[in-house]
Amino acid sequence: MVNGLRPKNLDEALEILSKQQCTVIAGGTDLMVQRARGFAIAPAFDKPLLFIEHLSELKKIYIDDEGIHIGACAILTDIIQNETIPSIFKEMIEQMASPPTRNMATIAGNICNASPAGDTLPYLYAVNAKVKLKNINSTRIVNVSDFIISPKKTCMRSDELLTDIIIPDKEFEHNYYRKLGQRKGMSLTKVSLLAMADVSDGKILDIRITLGSVAASIVRSPEAEKYMTGKDTSEIKAVTETILGKYNNLIRPIDDARSTAIYRKKTSLRLIKDFLEKIS
Amino acid sequence: MKIEFTLNNEKLSIDVDASRRLLDLLRDDLGMSSVKEGCGEGECGACVVLVNGRAMNSCILPAGAIIGKSVVTLESFKHTDRYKAIEAGFLKAGSVQCGFCTPGFIISTESLLNQNPNPTDEEIKEGLSGNLCRCTGYNMIIKGVRLAMEMGAGLW
Repeated sequence: MVNGLRPKNLDEALEILSKQQCTVIAGGTDLMVQRARGFAIAPAFDKPLLFIEHLSELKKIYIDDEGIHIGACAILTDIIQNETIPSIFKEMIEQMASPPTRNMATIAGNICNASPAGDTLPYLYAVNAKVKLKNINSTRIVNVSDFIISPKKTCMRSDELLTDIIIPDKEFEHNYYRKLGQRKGMSLTKVSLLAMADVSDGKILDIRITLGSVAASIVRSPEAEKYMTGKDTSEIKAVTETILGKYNNLIRPIDDARSTAIYRKKTSLRLIKDFLEKIS
Repeated sequence: MKIEFTLNNEKLSIDVDASRRLLDLLRDDLGMSSVKEGCGEGECGACVVLVNGRAMNSCILPAGAIIGKSVVTLESFKHTDRYKAIEAGFLKAGSVQCGFCTPGFIISTESLLNQNPNPTDEEIKEGLSGNLCRCTGYNMIIKGVRLAMEMGAGLW
């Protein structure tokens, strides 16, 4: 029988983590499936469960000098309904899972699960989002792209808790998101593409392109983004193949239960092309 | 772990494994047989219950996460006027065939209408997108929800 711990506040949670190793449960929507043992049997956990979902300190969504803070235990439903969240990010979250699951699931869980198919990750990588990690003595802030080391692996220490996700308070002028799955509702991603750009007087001022589920981590090419920045949108058509070439080697998908490597690769490049046509 | 919560308006205290699925706690330990197990991984919605008024998948909700919360299943929801409107709408539209998915659909309908008393067909589809039915197809269920919201106008 696994023991459960329910701290009264964040300090108590950090104190518990300083003394023993725990499995932290926010929404539990990934962990409960991964540890499931089937009908009528409690899922298997080898460490005590630390429940944090009820901690009001971790549910807040607010703006300060650092950007928009999303508390680790803010559920997806509340994030979608919050007016401070950039509209494209809301649109992405609305396509995740289903209403009952979105009433439980958190972005922090999506990050800590560190799956290449995590549907909030293309946005978090594109805007250089950060996570705040706390232990009983200190706080550190890490880029999401550094926090996730490899599939299922993060740099979080056993005495730390992810408390906030920090994203810039910024809307891009052009936003493009395509999630390809087997169906519309409740689908896991085969390929996803997020592209955002600011264009002024026909000139690209800022452009971000990220792809999910097509490599061991989220794909983003600083080289390609740098190449496109400063160009006139009318020039893009002539250099589309050059741009796609910069993504070609980074897109390294696999065959799995959901899709094939060849489908993922071809579709990724076509989606990038489609976005480039739309802004030019 | 000692779990204190409210089930169908009644306060309860029970000692269970912290990771025990709320589904098993409700069905096996507490006899709430309206809560069904379909997929067991949060995909099909047969196990959906209301937790503090919001629909949640009880098959992936650990018991330790419901301390201090109010859980409502059809066993008590069936006595409300809102349920009666949903039942009338579902009956009239033929939204029920084998019935296994129906408790989940009813709870998701309540959760949807609670947040949005006048959903469009598109919003109904989105609101019920976490529930699967293998018998009727979805058109009759969507029609059932629309009839329920018309017959129960003012209840949500």
